[in-house]
Amino acid sequence: MEPEERLMSKARKVIPGVDPKLLIKDAAKLLPNPARRLFLRGATSLGAITLLTGCDIVDEESAAKALLTISRFNDRVQALLFNPDKLAPTYPESAITRPFPFNGYYPEEDAPEVDGETYMLEVGGLVENKKPWTLEELYALPQEKQITRHVCVEGWSAIGSWTGTPLRDFLKRVGADLTAKYVWFQCAEGYSNTIDMPTALHPQTQMTFRFDNEILPRKYGFPMKIRIPTKLGFKNPKYVIGMHVLNQDLGGYWEDRGYNWFSGI
Amino acid sequence: MSSEIADAKPTDLPKVSSGSAVVIHPRWVRITHWINVIAMFVMITSGWRIYNASPLFAFTFPPAITIGDALDGLPGALLWHFAAMWLLAVNGATYVALGILTGRFRRKLLPIRPMDVIRDLSAALTGKLSHDDLSVYNAVQRLLYAGVIAAGVVAVASGVSIWKPVQFQEVAAVFGGYDAARFVHFFAMATIVGFLLIHITLAILVPKSLRAMILGR
Repeated sequence: MEPEERLMSKARKVIPGVDPKLLIKDAAKLLPNPARRLFLRGATSLGAITLLTGCDIVDEESAAKALLTISRFNDRVQALLFNPDKLAPTYPESAITRPFPFNGYYPEEDAPEVDGETYMLEVGGLVENKKPWTLEELYALPQEKQITRHVCVEGWSAIGSWTGTPLRDFLKRVGADLTAKYVWFQCAEGYSNTIDMPTALHPQTQMTFRFDNEILPRKYGFPMKIRIPTKLGFKNPKYVIGMHVLNQDLGGYWEDRGYNWFSGI
Repeated sequence: MSSEIADAKPTDLPKVSSGSAVVIHPRWVRITHWINVIAMFVMITSGWRIYNASPLFAFTFPPAITIGDALDGLPGALLWHFAAMWLLAVNGATYVALGILTGRFRRKLLPIRPMDVIRDLSAALTGKLSHDDLSVYNAVQRLLYAGVIAAGVVAVASGVSIWKPVQFQEVAAVFGGYDAARFVHFFAMATIVGFLLIHITLAILVPKSLRAMILGR
């Protein structure tokens, strides 16, 4: 048996008198979809504790459930810490990281190729005007440039230059219900993100069309990325094809795999 | 000597219990110490797993001595780290506040004189340093205990800078920004781990010190 496997099977042992199926069911209730349930199975195994003590201090499923509850508490703390007027630090052109790293859950050659000619941004949910937007129409919107730090959940960071239209201006333009709780983004490759409305309305949250003064290249999310310098990198969706204003949290690719939902920085 | 006694408030004087043995570590010290053991264990081992996702140096930590599995281990490790941070912060703040308010830090850790440290260190290395009176820290102990408390404070402040480099950008700026704060955070951890190696070794070599931290005397 592989060491990892051995640890896992050890961790499967449960507290006497506790039905493991019920525990999983309880934990799954906290999690809206199968991806999260899948995550629960292996997420939090106490490798080191099991190894050092030779026994299981904490049942794996209940540990995962407790950790996800704390993660949700951390969402609320971060929402309170979030200052809607506090700007992310900006940098001079000379500080831009070159080459700016490509990052995704797939290799660069598998990045989606979106046809700018036929591209339509779908706008839905709690908005007055649900007319889809062509790239030409989007490019005609007033644009601003920001040079800010992209911070990855892995720890590394890189400074980039992004140009586009403030998301809050666009939301106002389409008559979005700004009292709604969330904005949900859909991406061409099936990636998705849900963000909180206060962050969507932050002055630096941007619908990005250009990187380093050039049309956004494929590797950085052509034709449109949502740049959010107050959130971790994975909360900055690329290849965005749909935007929905909602009162329901539809989660997101990494959020459903155990990364903290708010992920503010 | 007499001035030290004069400085001490009545509550600071060693308590004599019914068994007439002197209480070396009051209950709050023992409770916060053992809670800190749990918090530090989780923070350090999950932190190593987080480090592995984007190493600062040309090495990574063996996954077997880290916590948090699934995928590359990062989501689980982050969940542990950002859960245990509350335990570390609340317990650490309680310890530091009580350490200052009760006068324990001042009484036990100060003064730290370089000459005393050199004297006691050479005595320790030649096996001549006595541990007969556990209630008085020698100069090396004072330096190490004060140092590890400082390292803990730096670890928390640099951690806050990495967690919230926008909301707490003023704190991050103290460390030279986000990227520099990651290195500071790493070295604070390394300082704490270095302390622990000495601390645990000595606790094993002088078992009555371990007893004092459990039973108080």
